[in-house]
Amino acid sequence: MADVTTATRLKKLINSPESEVKDALAGMAAAHADLIRVEYDPNVIIRKDPPKKGKVGLVSGGGSGHEPMHGGYVGLGMLDAACPGAVFTSPTPDQMARATKAVDGGAGVLHVVKNYTGDIMNFEMAAELARGEGAKVNAVITNDDVAVQDSLYTAGRRGVGVTVLLEKVVGGAAEAGYDLEKATALAKKVNANGRSMGMALTSCIVPAAGKVTFEIADDEMELGIGIHGEPGRERTKLRAADEIAEILTSTVVKDLPYKRGDEVIAFVNGMGGTPLIELYVVANAVNRYLQKEGIKPARWLVGSYITSLEMAGCSVTLLKLDAETTKFWDAPVHTPALRWGV
Amino acid sequence: MAVTTAQLVDWLERYAGVIAEQKQYLTGLDAAIGDGDHGINMDRGFQTVLVKIEPVKNKDAGTLLKTTGMALVGSVGGAGGPLYGTFFLRAGAALDGKSDVSREDLVSALEAGLKGVVERGKANLKDKTMVDALTPAIARAKARVQEGASIGEALSSAAEAAETGMKGTIPLKALKGRASYLGDRSIGHQDPGATSSYYMLRTLSEALAEVPQGAKTATS
Repeated sequence: MADVTTATRLKKLINSPESEVKDALAGMAAAHADLIRVEYDPNVIIRKDPPKKGKVGLVSGGGSGHEPMHGGYVGLGMLDAACPGAVFTSPTPDQMARATKAVDGGAGVLHVVKNYTGDIMNFEMAAELARGEGAKVNAVITNDDVAVQDSLYTAGRRGVGVTVLLEKVVGGAAEAGYDLEKATALAKKVNANGRSMGMALTSCIVPAAGKVTFEIADDEMELGIGIHGEPGRERTKLRAADEIAEILTSTVVKDLPYKRGDEVIAFVNGMGGTPLIELYVVANAVNRYLQKEGIKPARWLVGSYITSLEMAGCSVTLLKLDAETTKFWDAPVHTPALRWGV
Repeated sequence: MAVTTAQLVDWLERYAGVIAEQKQYLTGLDAAIGDGDHGINMDRGFQTVLVKIEPVKNKDAGTLLKTTGMALVGSVGGAGGPLYGTFFLRAGAALDGKSDVSREDLVSALEAGLKGVVERGKANLKDKTMVDALTPAIARAKARVQEGASIGEALSSAAEAAETGMKGTIPLKALKGRASYLGDRSIGHQDPGATSSYYMLRTLSEALAEVPQGAKTATS
């Protein structure tokens, strides 16, 4: 009864906050039966074809509400399994332990973990459980968000857009036969070469909370927003897309820093509530800025790939390319959300 | 006076009740400096605990608390799942096979739980976390037991210390978890984890206070 009230008031396409994740998982299983299968309790999305002997397994996971990350990236050339938690809440160790076991083809399993306190602790517990059963498990942590200060006095930078690019690149390498140590080293390199920054025009609404995560006026934007609607660097007056794109891109460029002559993947990501046409407006400004700086956007990804429910806004991620990274970015991929080369 | 499994069940039921009552309040505290899900997650976890402990209510205290820990680890998620889960798993391991738990046993179990929390979360005192409520509280319980206080008296003092520790998080700047990103903006807010930890000790104190002195409840 309470559920119906909540759902109506929320004006979301859900049946109840409690059933949302499972209902969506069942939908994914039906829509992508050729690529994935879904197990429940613990909830895990697993690649349809059985673990390839000698192939490193790639497992990621995180709170739900960021779709298509991570479940949409399960398939050939990317993840072997994904563990969806409750909305914006890290999954639990039994999920990652199950996923690890299911995809272990004897060559070990690499966990891709975004740098959030809960995710880190739950994946650590899962790795302990899996190692207890004899699995070889490594973990790589993504922390590419330049908006938050990285210091001894914070939990460190958040893992955001680079996570998607890393899952593709390392997934390609695992498919090509990289062993666990080489795959881990590549994953660390990709994370080290990537930087991101996001912004929000509107808040998201976590169904179980039932109200906006943050209040923001019609003429304001939040710069440096996280993918859960966490506050960023600055609340400021809304500006034109070109200006916003330049703020995001220049901050990212200066952080690594990316230099004249660098080749990059430019990833313009939608937060969930922003139409693709606006993302292309941003991409245009990102391109102009990079050209001006002499940085070559050799590859592009434009679309909503790591989202924050219905939040409107975008993020810009750059990943410096070298021959190895480019090779595995270009390698075939066939997942619910990314497909090329096959 | 030994503490019985039945009293510990009473504790868990009281704690689950308070978490359910305070779900919105805890979530509100978390929304101010974190990601706004602490109450929701803890309530989901303790509703699971109530179901999972049903078959082990007549077993030893260790089994009861370990079952509680596993239920939390498997249902809470976030940072709360591993932290509270580890607390109960370690406390349960310290009480393995015991049905009548002495004052000293219970204090040792709480200490083991806290040690697990610190290892898992790597928080220090004054980082503005649950450790700020648990550390002074468990130290107080231990000191009172060593002075010869009853377990009820010791836990009552511990709950007071937890409340002081919880309130003491208000002026602190967060150094762990998502709240740490706010820097100085985290000052002035009470830590949600310290708050749920205070409830944990207060309900334990209530569960142990209500058994009349000298009356020993039968266990299986």
